[in-house]
Amino acid sequence: MEEQFEKIEIRKPENIVYKKTDLLVDRPLSYCPGCGHGTVHRMLMEVLEEMNIYEKTIGVSPVGCSVLAYDFLNIDMIGAAHGRAPAVATAVKRLWPDHFVFTYQGDGDLAAIGTAETIHACNRGENFTIIFINNGIYGMTGGQMAPTTLPGMRSSTSPYGRDVPTMGHPLKITELVAQLPGVHFVTRQAVHTPGNVRKTKKALRKAFELQKENKGVAFVEVVSNCNSGWKMTPVQANKWMEEHMFPFYPLGDIKVDGKLVEKKEMVDKE
Amino acid sequence: MAKIKGDIVINTERCKGCEVCIAACPFTVIAMSKDVNSKGYHFAMKVNDECTGCTNCAVVCPDGVITVYRAKVTTE
Ligand SMILES: Cc1ncc(C[n+]2csc(CCOP(=O)(O)OP(=O)(O)O)c2C)c(N)n1
Ligand code: SF4
Ligand code: SF4
Ligand code: SF4
Ligand SMILES: [Mg+2]
Repeated sequence: MEEQFEKIEIRKPENIVYKKTDLLVDRPLSYCPGCGHGTVHRMLMEVLEEMNIYEKTIGVSPVGCSVLAYDFLNIDMIGAAHGRAPAVATAVKRLWPDHFVFTYQGDGDLAAIGTAETIHACNRGENFTIIFINNGIYGMTGGQMAPTTLPGMRSSTSPYGRDVPTMGHPLKITELVAQLPGVHFVTRQAVHTPGNVRKTKKALRKAFELQKENKGVAFVEVVSNCNSGWKMTPVQANKWMEEHMFPFYPLGDIKVDGKLVEKKEMVDKE
Repeated sequence: MAKIKGDIVINTERCKGCEVCIAACPFTVIAMSKDVNSKGYHFAMKVNDECTGCTNCAVVCPDGVITVYRAKVTTE
């Protein structure tokens, strides 16, 4: 069988059905093994490539592990100060309304230091896409507690687990911004299985398609692992994420066509 | 008989050994090497001939290091 297979020789360019897009650099990404940032980067670049809008797209990178996104995505990028990406993206989109604009932000960036910028850009109904990578922690700086850290979840600044009476409740910023009239599309996805990766790509595609219609903010959250910060292997971290993050941050669409999705449908079983 | 055959090529130097691709493969085509690459990571490798070219492993690989081939082949 081995021999016959070798003879078949299907490793030819015309038989390629999947290959990393050239819109993602060929250099190694700086992310830890198994981190979702790389997968989201790749899906984002595939969407821009398939829509053929990569020459007309400007991204705003955050502060956090993905601070280097400008270095990995072969498109026009601007680096914003911590949390200020939605303010920068507002200016860019207003100056170049015919361009596609997105921010790429972690939970520390978007839901802690940048809360004001996030909420006001969403409430103003700016016409760009927000890509929000929620790993429940400040990954880059050593795994400190974030507003998104789950109750009881350990972090370097909550070593015995987040104690809600003293440390407060986690902030579901995605559900919060979904309430705002300036926000047109809100969804929460993941990238730890092939099926989830494909759904994330579809959600990103939809978010960029909506920019053509100037309907307001399209907000795509991706619940992701920070296996280094969580102190687990990537495979363990993905399992932990399914068991602990998804019940609190259920996957699925939250707002579609400017309308909140009924709770029942929100839990995406699969 | 015509049959769909798949194949993968893993850029083992770029693989970070996260093992996320292993569970993604419906035909357990991928396992980890005993050897390490120049960065010190055990890398993913193909261990059988069952690949159908479904692209699951490549889609989920955080570092995009897997290329997938698929073709219709005729066997006697
Ligand atoms: C003004 C300012 N305050 C604080 C920091 C330190 N800092 C860098 S990254 C970061 C948090 C990043 O967390 P997150 O946005 O969740 O990104 P992740 O690394 O988890 O992807 C902080 C607090 C900074 N760089 N600048
Ligand atoms: S520290 Fe966490 S978020 Fe940052 S690259 Fe590593 S796994 Fe990803
Ligand atoms: S393409 Fe599909 S069948 Fe082939 S190795 Fe990858 S996951 Fe397995
Ligand atoms: S998912 Fe990619 S980086 Fe991780 S072990 Fe598999 S081939 Fe290597
Ligand atoms: Mg984070």
